[in-house]
Amino acid sequence: MQFWIIQGLNSLSLGGLLFLLSSGFSLIFGLMRLANLTHGAFFMLGTYFAATAMRSYDGLNIWVTALGAGIAVAAIGGLFERLVLTRLKNNQLGQVLVTLGMSFIISDACLMLWGGDSIPVPTPQDLQSPTRVFGFVFPTYRLVLVGCAIAAAILLYVLIERTRLGAMIRAGVDDRQMARAVGIPVSNLFTLVFCLGAGIAGAGGVLGGPILSAYPGLDADMLPLALIVVILGGIGSLLGAFVGSFIIGIIYTFGTALFPELAYIILFLPMIFVIAFRPQGLFGRIGA
Amino acid sequence: MKWIGAALLAGSLLLPPIFAGDFYVNLASQILIAAIFALSLNLLVGFGGMTSLGHASYLGVAAYISALLTSRYGFGHGAAAFLSIAGTTAMAAFFGVIALRASGLGFLMITLALSQVLWGLAYRMSNVTNGDNGIAGLTRPSPFGLSLDSPISFYWFALIVATFALAMMTIFVSSAFGSSLKGVRDQPRRMAALGFNPWLIRWFTFVYAGFWGGISGLLYVYYHKYIHPTSLSTTSSAEALLGVIAGGSGTLGGPAVGAALVLLLKNYVSAYLERWNMLLGLVFLLIVLVMPTGIVPGVSRLTARLRGGPR
Repeated sequence: MQFWIIQGLNSLSLGGLLFLLSSGFSLIFGLMRLANLTHGAFFMLGTYFAATAMRSYDGLNIWVTALGAGIAVAAIGGLFERLVLTRLKNNQLGQVLVTLGMSFIISDACLMLWGGDSIPVPTPQDLQSPTRVFGFVFPTYRLVLVGCAIAAAILLYVLIERTRLGAMIRAGVDDRQMARAVGIPVSNLFTLVFCLGAGIAGAGGVLGGPILSAYPGLDADMLPLALIVVILGGIGSLLGAFVGSFIIGIIYTFGTALFPELAYIILFLPMIFVIAFRPQGLFGRIGA
Repeated sequence: MKWIGAALLAGSLLLPPIFAGDFYVNLASQILIAAIFALSLNLLVGFGGMTSLGHASYLGVAAYISALLTSRYGFGHGAAAFLSIAGTTAMAAFFGVIALRASGLGFLMITLALSQVLWGLAYRMSNVTNGDNGIAGLTRPSPFGLSLDSPISFYWFALIVATFALAMMTIFVSSAFGSSLKGVRDQPRRMAALGFNPWLIRWFTFVYAGFWGGISGLLYVYYHKYIHPTSLSTTSSAEALLGVIAGGSGTLGGPAVGAALVLLLKNYVSAYLERWNMLLGLVFLLIVLVMPTGIVPGVSRLTARLRGGPR
């Protein structure tokens, strides 16, 4: 029983992390029709940022670190979008290739700066002691992480569905040319959404640090999970990213615990089913 | 003009074993393998308009199957080669059914996800694939009793296979089927209206490209006598894609030139510093931003202009 509950919580916390990663990916894809393959690298940058900051300043608050890393990664993403991606308007393939190239550059730069060994990120001290509920022991940090993902989901939902900015973004997603014609500054929205997506990924990388720790190849581990989540949930759909994240979190965690060698195959089964029977994803409106 | 070019090419392919040392002969063999791989990817990217970021799956899986069958299960090279190509082609048939549910970016994301799954499997399933240590101590086959262990004999072997592969892919592309493939790339709706089945044409091309990707994987594992999960990684797929795009996708010889350039760059750079991945990324940015149509179309446009032709 303890096994199922602990693994259940682990899968929820992984799902939360995946949501922080894939919601940004999905938003960017929805608005810009851009498969941002740098997304895993943005996540990894956040984790390395946390590893350095929290180990050099002992007891640094993880929320402050996440905010700082989010802003830093958002700035990098914004620069990249302004300097490179805007030059490749209407060239989908070129944009994808450039984001792929950028992911190689970032991951190699991380390897150069931080070396090949994995660097653990400390769990915040006030969240280290386990929580007891009904006689079961839970690692507090993971519970908090699930809460974070839910809070982020609510904030994003309010931003997209209930604000003027969100209305402009939705207009851009549905019909970019019409949105331009009625005076919405779509290319500024592109930059903003790209920064937002990158920033969430960076902050997610910080929050994931205590669980995953920073290591080279973290980006290559996370990106396919994000891709599978987005393919499963439906590209461009926030709800799809949320549901897909938790589905994949559960499947991957239990798969790794029960059949460690086949976890990757198990991961790919739901994807095949969804592609076979509902190619636009569970909650998607845009055909991929 | 065309004949001079062909003669120069033939000369440069036939000369290395006579004049050059082992290092260059080996480099030339690697270039031939990379060229077959890039040409097979180009069937999808250039002629089919399907940009795959998971082509390393076919190279890697064919290499792994052959390595496992010969080293662990005591198969002969002939049977192992047959089974690995059959297995790889069957996998391409299956992956094609999945990936071709989507097109464009969706296709790209699905092929990437599928290949990452295989990469993860090669790393994690260490009691079968030996994980990060890779499988070492493999042997080269000796077709018709001829040993391929010396660099020169392997070069001839690779040259024969590469020539055959290029011929087969040229026939494929210039056949009536190849025309229908280009039609489906450019005008899928009109092709469907004319009674063609775009899905089937794409799927068959996908399988054919997987087949030749598998052949290059066999040569790859014969050449290195070693296989490691990195040959399944995104970097491996991306190198081939860079070769295709740098050389000029949709041209017949371009990807071979591009693949040769990528390989030479990689070898040259790796001799001096360890930052190959970063350079690969930078070259990607450079090619896409500066030379989006590739080197071979760029150069042929230049020669056309020099000869005073139109444009």
